[in-house]
Amino acid sequence: MNKRRVYIIVIIIFILAFFAGNFVYPFYKIPGIGGYLNFLKFIPENSFKLGLDLQGGTHLVYEADLSNIAQENKSQSMEGLRDVIERRVNYFGVAEPLVQIQGQRLIVELAGIIDPVEAIEQIGKTPFLEFREEKENYEEILENNQKVLETGEGQFEEPFKPTPLTGKYLKGAEIGSDQTTYQSLVLLEFNEEGAKIFGELTSKNVGKPLAIYIDGILISAPVVQEAISGGKAQISGKFTLNEAKDLASNLNAGALPVPIKLISQQSVGPTLGKISLEESLKAGALGFLAILCFMIIFYRIPGFFASISLIIYVVLLLSFFKLIPVTLTLAGIAGFLLSMGMAVDANILIFSRFREELKIGKDYLNALEEGSRRAWPAIRDGNMTTILVGLILFAFGTSFVKGFALTLIIGNLVGMFTAIVITNNFLRVFAGNKIGKIKWLW
Amino acid sequence: MAGSVFSVLYFGLKPGIDFTGGSILEIDFEARPENQTIQEKLKDLNLADIVVQPTGEKGVIIRMKEIDENTHQEIISKLGELSKVEEKRFESVGPVIGKELKQKTIILIIFSLIALLIYIAISFRKVTWPVSGFQYGIISIVTLAFDVSIPIGILTILGKFYNVQFNIPIVTALLTILGYTINDKVIVFDRVRENISRIKHDNFENLLNQSLNQILTRSLSTGSCTLLVLFAIFFLGGETLRYFSLTLIIGIIVGTLSSLFLAPPLLLGWLNLSRRKTSS
Repeated sequence: MNKRRVYIIVIIIFILAFFAGNFVYPFYKIPGIGGYLNFLKFIPENSFKLGLDLQGGTHLVYEADLSNIAQENKSQSMEGLRDVIERRVNYFGVAEPLVQIQGQRLIVELAGIIDPVEAIEQIGKTPFLEFREEKENYEEILENNQKVLETGEGQFEEPFKPTPLTGKYLKGAEIGSDQTTYQSLVLLEFNEEGAKIFGELTSKNVGKPLAIYIDGILISAPVVQEAISGGKAQISGKFTLNEAKDLASNLNAGALPVPIKLISQQSVGPTLGKISLEESLKAGALGFLAILCFMIIFYRIPGFFASISLIIYVVLLLSFFKLIPVTLTLAGIAGFLLSMGMAVDANILIFSRFREELKIGKDYLNALEEGSRRAWPAIRDGNMTTILVGLILFAFGTSFVKGFALTLIIGNLVGMFTAIVITNNFLRVFAGNKIGKIKWLW
Repeated sequence: MAGSVFSVLYFGLKPGIDFTGGSILEIDFEARPENQTIQEKLKDLNLADIVVQPTGEKGVIIRMKEIDENTHQEIISKLGELSKVEEKRFESVGPVIGKELKQKTIILIIFSLIALLIYIAISFRKVTWPVSGFQYGIISIVTLAFDVSIPIGILTILGKFYNVQFNIPIVTALLTILGYTINDKVIVFDRVRENISRIKHDNFENLLNQSLNQILTRSLSTGSCTLLVLFAIFFLGGETLRYFSLTLIIGIIVGTLSSLFLAPPLLLGWLNLSRRKTSS
């Protein structure tokens, strides 16, 4: 590898690190010199994604009682349940609520929420489905609403009023398609009582919309084509296949009272979250400095370059965390700090070999090549085993463990890269150089 | 190691609520009342056994069986009568989840050990004299088990006297020890592997000795670096990470030492044992 190529690589590395560093913490914000760096504003600003234990929040696990549901409907019910709960959760104005299905369970994560009590209450209700019909002055109301929309004054009024038909009469809903137009439809089936009420409603409202509400939100208002007495109906309204699917599962969710039970709850107040964050960052910074000192004292100049390499490592890693984005939990930060220690390891391995080779009498460049080559199997195996454990942790763990495993794995991968590529190239710069010949520096 | 096993059996692991189910409530008081007073106040709520533990300057941690949201709020309002309170955190885990977690963890540990065994066996497959790659794998796993059992043992003692709980972060720490110290063992064995192919060899014991001497500085350096970071976390990091980092510290110290002073002798011992068998 000739010298020029090495220089180019080193310069590229520095430029990369500069931009990555800026991504992590916008430089132009630094008082004083920051002003000169305003041209960097084009880099998008982003904040780290913090886990619940760092920004405060609530983690809830619900178990759905599917004992009354037939096997084929089970996952549909869960999907419907998930959608409804997600809609409810969105009320709270939480930045990024998480609602996930896990088998028969639903996991809800609300970040930064101040009052978990209300959240739990809201979520706990079974979804409520109802059918509504037009109010008498329907046209008027629509006109008024239009005016409100245009002028921004006045209040919207609900154009529909409730009817006796609610979810408890619905036996089920599924998707179908029109034979002639191949459009997606939603097919409803009511039980006996429901069929009667439905028949009355539809004959009253032929040609008019019949609104379907879930939890007080209007889902769909298809127009009634004709009076229906069989208790079976189809809703056609130019649905796409997905829209039809959604409506069907929502109806099923509203129709079947799937009880849910709260089986686990964890909430962290925001102050505790902030304190934890600050303390772990302090610890991290201190540990980092300690490593730098150690490296320089023990390994002298290579140690110095390893330190720079380590700084770049931290910067790169943090930008990865922002990019992907990785949710940082307390454990995640611990994983990050731990992998810092391991990243140094790779460097140390190369250096020990390097020194050994120098001792045998090889010249600088050869010693470096040999050192790196011989250190590689150990680095590879060592990091791979840690990554292996990380993968297993990731696959099986709870969110706490997942965050840790992810930072550990990414940290190790980036660590391997920086030690091998960056440190190596830094050292190459001095090959054949006068400084390289001064043995005691190394 | 024997001491560790003894300790586990005698004191029993003190499982945290992550495993048994239950609740933890951490609150800060403006003027913290005595444990007794708190116990008195909550007596009427029928909570059965509750453990009250002061923490920090103004805080209290209350552990009890699983409670529902209503009881949770009642507790807070009752305690609020004693002095103004601020809830720091609250966890309530049902017993079903707890049991699942226990099973999952055991599976995790076994899985990891097997996976590591396979990886090492494959990685060292080209080494056949005088011990096969597979044997390296087994010895590594045995040493790992040792590495993990020591911190567990210490934790049980701490559990007995300081009420330290065995919860998810701790289990994560243990699994991390597995991942980390295996690194150390691999590096020692890697040196042995290399010396076998490079240096004229006849006596395995001498070879082991040589390899160890070469690798000594490196292992201690790396271990120290990671320990530096961990100590920083231990002293400065938040409460939740305290025992997490302690477990890691103990594990890594033990692990580094065992890679140097336990694994090679075991390897040698096994070799001698099988040699004796074939010769007799």
